[in-house]
Amino acid sequence: MSDSKTVSPSFEKVQASLAKRYARERRFRAMGLGAILLGLSFVAILFITIIGNGYTAFEQTYLKLPIYLDPQVIDPEGTRDPEVIRQASFRNVVRQPLREMFPEVKGRRDKRLLYKLLSGDAPHEVKERVLDDPSLIGKKVELWLLADDEVDMLVKGHIPRDTLLEGSKAKLVGWVDKLQAEGRIEKRFNALFFTRGDSREPEQAGIAGAVAGSFYTLLVTLLLSFPIGVAAAIYLEEFAPKNRFTDLIEVNINNLAAVPSIVFGLLGLAVFINWFGLPRSAPLVGGLVLTLMTLPTIIIAGRAALKSVPPSIREAALGVGASHMQTITHHVLPLALPGMLTGAIIGMAQALGETAPLLMIGMVAFIVDVPQGPLDPATVLPVQIYLWADSPERAFVERTSAAIMVLLAFLIAMNAVAIILRRRFERRW
Amino acid sequence: MQNSLILIVLLLLTALGYHFGRRRALHSVGGAQAIRRLHSLPSYYGLYVVLWAIIPALLVMLLWGLVQDTVLNELIISTLPTEMQSLPPERLGLVVNDIHNLAIGNITSETPSPAIEAAAAHLRSLQATADLARGLVVLAIALAGALFAWRAIAPAMRARNRVESILKGLMVASAMVAILTTIGIVLSVLFESLRFFQKVPVTDFLFGLQWSPQIAIRSDQVGASGAFGAIPLLVGTLLISFIALVVAVPIGLMSAIYLAEYAGPRLRAWAKPVLEVLAGIPTVVYGFFAALTVAPFIREMGESVGLDVSSESALAAGLVMGIMIIPFVSSLSDDVINAVPQSLRDAAYGLGATQSETIRQVILPAALPGIMGGVLLAASRAIGETMIVVMAAGLSANLTVNPLEAVTTVTVQIVTLLVGDQEFDSAKTLAAFALGLLLFLITLSLNIVALRIVRRYREQYD
Repeated sequence: MSDSKTVSPSFEKVQASLAKRYARERRFRAMGLGAILLGLSFVAILFITIIGNGYTAFEQTYLKLPIYLDPQVIDPEGTRDPEVIRQASFRNVVRQPLREMFPEVKGRRDKRLLYKLLSGDAPHEVKERVLDDPSLIGKKVELWLLADDEVDMLVKGHIPRDTLLEGSKAKLVGWVDKLQAEGRIEKRFNALFFTRGDSREPEQAGIAGAVAGSFYTLLVTLLLSFPIGVAAAIYLEEFAPKNRFTDLIEVNINNLAAVPSIVFGLLGLAVFINWFGLPRSAPLVGGLVLTLMTLPTIIIAGRAALKSVPPSIREAALGVGASHMQTITHHVLPLALPGMLTGAIIGMAQALGETAPLLMIGMVAFIVDVPQGPLDPATVLPVQIYLWADSPERAFVERTSAAIMVLLAFLIAMNAVAIILRRRFERRW
Repeated sequence: MQNSLILIVLLLLTALGYHFGRRRALHSVGGAQAIRRLHSLPSYYGLYVVLWAIIPALLVMLLWGLVQDTVLNELIISTLPTEMQSLPPERLGLVVNDIHNLAIGNITSETPSPAIEAAAAHLRSLQATADLARGLVVLAIALAGALFAWRAIAPAMRARNRVESILKGLMVASAMVAILTTIGIVLSVLFESLRFFQKVPVTDFLFGLQWSPQIAIRSDQVGASGAFGAIPLLVGTLLISFIALVVAVPIGLMSAIYLAEYAGPRLRAWAKPVLEVLAGIPTVVYGFFAALTVAPFIREMGESVGLDVSSESALAAGLVMGIMIIPFVSSLSDDVINAVPQSLRDAAYGLGATQSETIRQVILPAALPGIMGGVLLAASRAIGETMIVVMAAGLSANLTVNPLEAVTTVTVQIVTLLVGDQEFDSAKTLAAFALGLLLFLITLSLNIVALRIVRRYREQYD
């Protein structure tokens, strides 16, 4: 052919539209990239907000006070009997040094504010100290005592000084400044947060009760859902005949996986609590409800794991005379177990983060004691977060965020274990 | 006897049962050298004894535990003075509660009368007897089962087949749990809903425009009747879910497209799991985030342009819920887009289409049913989501579609109606179950439709 200069009109049209089409292509691409960046930035914002709000909760403000352990008050008869010490009131013992340090404070109102520098737990703290070492009685000791949450917030800068200076608590700022100048205020690692149960006072509130509650709840869930889930998966994958009944079970499991969690809570309330009369707020009931919720996850993962074991393994076992059940228990199940465990861990992680169904069965109660077993009233970590998020005190914001950080740490650890398991034991046949 | 003690003794019994079952099997053929005359391996005979010992005993223990409290209460009530027995049921329940509290040494609601004191003492002795009896009965049954199985052992007994059929029965029972759960859900919400519909007509519930679930303390109180119209709740739920989908579908879909069609393997390898982190974060965390950060932010933004934004606006809850369901949309769309055959892409490129034209005009239409299924699943997730709306959306049932106002949702109302102590048969608590039924039906139908669409689409290219 000749290279004629005449170009077809449609070619020209295409040429003319190319710039526009390429521009559109670039825009589309940019939109896609933008969507991903937006999604990633949501993750980042979420984590930054939570960590930014919460990291300060791992430190708590303490006051150092020269405390005179007056024998007249603590143990007037000098018996050093722990029972006597336990009966004594330490309230004045911790208030005395405050009065001495700030002699200018007069009037009931101001004094009450002054005492609010210390946590309500301080007398108890001193009592414990004396019980540990009764020889301290009669001496003047410098003790670090827990500060009130308002002082804590002020020292950490969560309450702006200006707003506090305008309010009725303006004097508090001056006192805290003076104590700080004397080096009597210090932030220390907040061990109470990990060892105490819930409390109405933010500075005394901890997550130990909720963590123990979560532990018992998850223990019940794991003990029930893993065996039942594995057995159901084996039946459905290996034994079940293909008929309408097994189809029904399959459809059922898929639908259960998508039922809103709160509906499971209604089931738990109606069946376990009102019908069977199991105790409210107990990890046992929570575990039962979460078992029903996580079963679909475990069954689906278990079936996938069984499916991935090649038929040649089964045929070889059957060929040397193993029974069907022996083939499965001796050969298929051990090979499928890592996959099943991965599914179980992921199911447990879901259960750990679940809140709504547990609200229905009364695990929202305010419980101070750390539960000792699956029948004690308890709350769980996510519910604790929900309860604290509802509390008005500013100090609970940082505690809530810190509790979220602990919860997320558990979740990340569980998922990491699942990933490692999968990497380590996954076999390509 | 304590539960743990019973369980430990049971475990010991099973260990012994295994040992003796095995030994009897070997003895019956005259020792290990004649093992070939046994039908099954000796361990199967041991297992057979174990299963017979433990399964009936555990079943009886479970049943006993479920029934014991009810029976004891009946016994206690029957010993109370007749004027107490004729009290209305809820007062009687209080009395029984008092007796229980007294029996375990707690404080009671009122100073106990001698009759109640006596009943508490009686209850304590009854409980002690019942606990002991339960332990003995359970252990006796375990022993009887073990003995029965042990005596049946003979060389010709097909122990393996029997053990395997018992195991298979257990597996079938496990698989049935899924069905029982569904039946349990349906029955529990259905029964309570029927009781609710006896007090409030179904039509009032489904088509009423007013939601104010008060129950009068006095009959002459203002607004005594309470109103149970679910429409405002449904509108609120749909509004928030709609906002969530408006956020999640474009972002999720576009990121799925980018990851599937444009992104290199390295970006894909880390962006995908990071996005999926969003799906693993507990909803209570999103709720906290919405209430603490997003809602005030939106309020300030609104105020800066002169809009009056409620601090519990539907927008805040919807936005955060949208963030939560991004990974649902993106991972489901990703699957469908990857399932579109390469030949379709190659054909489009061959005709001179750019990549985005291929995606928009070839791949998306081909993947549309699957994407729709994914969106429906995400919608059902959004409708059933509880914690975000409980923490960030309002409580007052406004019938509005303005995203800047506070609305309430079905799930929020279920939680507010049921958290806290209420008598169980007031219309208020029963209303929660009716709402639960509504929620279950809506999400169930969405799921069924979505799963059907997804499945039908998948078969197309296989």
